Amino acid sequence: MHAILQYIESYLGSNQTPGAAGNMFWVFVYILLVFLGLSVAVIAMNWLERKILAHMQVRLGPMRVGPHGLLQPIADALKLLLKEDLVPAEADHVIFWTAPFMVVLAAFTVFVVVPFGPTHAITDMNIGILFMLGVSSLSVLGIVMAGWASNSHYPLMGALRSSAQMVSYEVAMGLAVTSAILMTSLNAAGTGTLSMIGIVQAQLVQGEWFIFKFFPLGLIAFFIFAVAMVAETNRAPFDLPEAESELTAGFHTEYSGFRWSLFFLAEYSAMIAVSSIAVTLWLGGWLRPFPNLLGGATWDLAFSLVPGISFLFLAALCFFNAARMPKHPYFRLQTLGLAAFGTVLAVIGLVLFIPGVRVRVQDIFWFAGKVTGFMYLYIWYRGTFPRYRFDQLMRMGWKVLLPMGLGVLMLTAGVALYQQNLWHR
Amino acid sequence: MLIGGVLVITRRNPVHSALALIATLLAQASLYLMLYAPFVAGVQIILYAGGIMVLFLFVIMLISVQQSLKERQFNSQWVAGIIAATALGGLFISVYLKGKDLVPEQAAAVGEADNTQRVATMLYGQYMFAFEIASLLLLVAIIGAVVMAKKKI
Repeated sequence: MHAILQYIESYLGSNQTPGAAGNMFWVFVYILLVFLGLSVAVIAMNWLERKILAHMQVRLGPMRVGPHGLLQPIADALKLLLKEDLVPAEADHVIFWTAPFMVVLAAFTVFVVVPFGPTHAITDMNIGILFMLGVSSLSVLGIVMAGWASNSHYPLMGALRSSAQMVSYEVAMGLAVTSAILMTSLNAAGTGTLSMIGIVQAQLVQGEWFIFKFFPLGLIAFFIFAVAMVAETNRAPFDLPEAESELTAGFHTEYSGFRWSLFFLAEYSAMIAVSSIAVTLWLGGWLRPFPNLLGGATWDLAFSLVPGISFLFLAALCFFNAARMPKHPYFRLQTLGLAAFGTVLAVIGLVLFIPGVRVRVQDIFWFAGKVTGFMYLYIWYRGTFPRYRFDQLMRMGWKVLLPMGLGVLMLTAGVALYQQNLWHR
Repeated sequence: MLIGGVLVITRRNPVHSALALIATLLAQASLYLMLYAPFVAGVQIILYAGGIMVLFLFVIMLISVQQSLKERQFNSQWVAGIIAATALGGLFISVYLKGKDLVPEQAAAVGEADNTQRVATMLYGQYMFAFEIASLLLLVAIIGAVVMAKKKI
């Protein structure tokens, strides 16, 4: 018993990720935390998408199920669990069952290396970014299998289109990622790193987020990745494979109930995963704004109060809206619910002011905040842009983004060599 | 890996064989990891399992599976097969027993952390010519495929 407690406590003083320290207990704890956080994020994303799209289209979105529709995702989940689980006639049972499993596996395994902080990752592989790109390319296999196993021509066409699109934009993504990795090698030793935590630390040491480095090359590389990641996850404006008016929902047409919700879960998780890659590579990961320029104890304190203040702001919004609810007895329960939710947010905000918690949670907050910004951009794109036709989509992937990626890579390499030569004079 | 390999050759349905091949390739990537070569493992997953197998699946899906499920599987030369397999197995066993100097047990443990850098230094330094020739070969293959597939040039 004492040995177990000692094993658990032996990790608490180290400055490594639990995978690197080899501590299995904390690895499991972190995996559980990431899984829970991801589930909450997917649920929140579902609600946010419907509400934000609605407000962009000058309507209200779900308002009935909970106060301002906050319980709508739970109602959706219950509905999907209770639906009849169909398998189409003459469909291949093994592959029909395996396909959503592969997609969810690929979408969730990616989070093993996502760095929420300098020691807040499940593990830190030497090939972190390579692992992420590789495992997310396994989801293409799941989609192909899903389309084929449904034994129906709409899903098959949707699956073929979707996988062709994903494979094409993976090339552009890879080139943009390469030019960011190149920037990690601009140190005295001259060697870069593929590990996710190492990339953010390179940005900290060089004092500049890679999006601003060698302006405008970092920006163009970020732009290429931002477009390719939207195409990679089959989201608007690149969502022809799952467009309802063209293909009756594409490769997941024949899936119902829980299996469909697995696809949907995997799609949102993949969105969060590629946004994490973009945040880590270009936007400085867990670093707060201006870690070097506005350094020092007082600025650190000021920035570390931001998580608590933001949660208190959200709680204030909840209370304000609860006060604005109609004073009809029908709405009494909803008003109470909204006030309770606001209280929970306020308690979280107050807990985030405690110095011990503040120091540890700060990095996770900045990382999550940046990823949330990307999620808002995803929803914004969906509400704004018209859909690309499939040949326009493929043309853009191969004829526009690929040459741009090659050009940015060559120019970044050239400028980096020039800068290094200036150093080793 | 063995199970995956056996499943590839024994399944009637070609899509099941392709899936078993994917499992075999993932097992191969983990073998590379055990040999302290994480970069090669990562590249194996990205390119082979995530790229080439997708193309395999495209082609398999576009041919008719019903026909191939009904075809008779011919294995009437099992005598010659057994003799060849025994000979190959004997060759492997004799290499393992007699050639212990060829496979040193300790040399691979060095340099796991900088596997990527070492592969890059060797590929772009010492083996640059082979690298360029391989890329030229791929270019020729691409041009050939486009020429054969286009309706009019």
